[in-house]
Amino acid sequence: MDIVQRIVSGDVRTIARLLRDIDDELPSARSVLQGLYPHTGKAHIVGFTGSPGVGKSSLVDQIATFYRKESKTVGILAVDPTSPFTGGAILGDRIRMQRHFLDPGVFIRSLATRGQFGGLSKSTNDMVNVLDAAGKDLVLVETVGVGQDEVEIANSAHTTVLVMIPGMGDDIQAIKAGVMEIGNIFVVNKADREGSRKTVRELMNLVELGVRRRNGDDWEPQIIETEAVKGRGIDKLCQTIEDHKAYLKATGSQRWRETVEKRTRIQLMGALRDRVLKAVLEKIEQRGDSIDNMVAKIVDRQSDPYTVVQQIVESVLT
Amino acid sequence: MANARNLRILVAKPGLDGHDRGARIVARAFRDAGFEVIYTGCHQTPEQIVSTAIQEDVDLIGLSILSGAHRYSFPRVLELLRENNAEDISVIGGGIFPLEDIPVLKEAGIKELFEPGAKLSDIIEWVGKNIIPRREA
Repeated sequence: MDIVQRIVSGDVRTIARLLRDIDDELPSARSVLQGLYPHTGKAHIVGFTGSPGVGKSSLVDQIATFYRKESKTVGILAVDPTSPFTGGAILGDRIRMQRHFLDPGVFIRSLATRGQFGGLSKSTNDMVNVLDAAGKDLVLVETVGVGQDEVEIANSAHTTVLVMIPGMGDDIQAIKAGVMEIGNIFVVNKADREGSRKTVRELMNLVELGVRRRNGDDWEPQIIETEAVKGRGIDKLCQTIEDHKAYLKATGSQRWRETVEKRTRIQLMGALRDRVLKAVLEKIEQRGDSIDNMVAKIVDRQSDPYTVVQQIVESVLT
Repeated sequence: MANARNLRILVAKPGLDGHDRGARIVARAFRDAGFEVIYTGCHQTPEQIVSTAIQEDVDLIGLSILSGAHRYSFPRVLELLRENNAEDISVIGGGIFPLEDIPVLKEAGIKELFEPGAKLSDIIEWVGKNIIPRREA
């Protein structure tokens, strides 16, 4: 059986190794991804974002449990930050998901950002495609818990869940221009804490003000209180995820098509950017030149970045 | 970092042992050495550890144990790796072991054992020398 078939049939070791090859940018991974692509497009992709410590991993754990009870299979990609200084990373999201470790219906993979900004790793979208092709009904993507500009996930997921906790009142005001605009669903986790209702009210105000009412998007962002460690509010959250999916897929509507096209466009542009850059760098090397040389020239004021780029583009692309 | 394989290491604590200070310090040292460390916390069964190692496609499992159950749990991890055709994943151990158990564990297939007092720099050096990220088959 070839590697594509092994993955489509759900072979864990083969999937895990392919994900590694993708992360390490091995050329061999590309041909496998090509073979897998016809098998993609079936999974519903749900992204989770929010500040560190708000409970994203615990929520993902609970949601996986909910869907497993409905006999749906789940793939989880959990992204944690890479140290910009050493390149190392501690990937600890699995700690909250231990009960799924022996369930063959759940595949969990921890990813490091490896220098990528925006809350995901460069490899995340390709990895989602692999889990999709492997037949997972649901792919849950948990982003790095960073602050305000972590909007990449909205381009990767069909449904985006923004997680916060009570007592972030002023923070909500501060971040509403960035990450607040991407949530299809807002979760106020740790809702047993003081100030939960206040946070919900503030979110309702934001939704009222129409943070997302544009481009004909008339889905009203839903606000849900949860207590992930106790499982409270999870049924409602999962139902709302299903509602959003149904909204996107409503007959006669173009929303699903638009969502998928947007995701595909971003992936295509990303892949194109990577390949073109790689090809250009190879050409430069073949000519016996190097980026280091160019940097030195620019620093010495013998040239400038604009001229150098102009020269590269002219010599490579014409 | 294109085309450079990052070493991936699972740091795990098997069995009924809640003392994870040592494991956390080693995990952090691995991170600072530039490795990607998957840390899963305490009270893991050998089955959970092996399942995680395979899903995460790690090169190395570092087991930390202070409870005295190493003569069961360490060989059990190796056995499960073999059962899952994953014996290419190396296993090392750290914690407290009676001296006479060390050759037994090594005989079973544990690549190296680090006792209290082992220097972090020695552990990292050992890993750097002995564990090579899996190459393209």
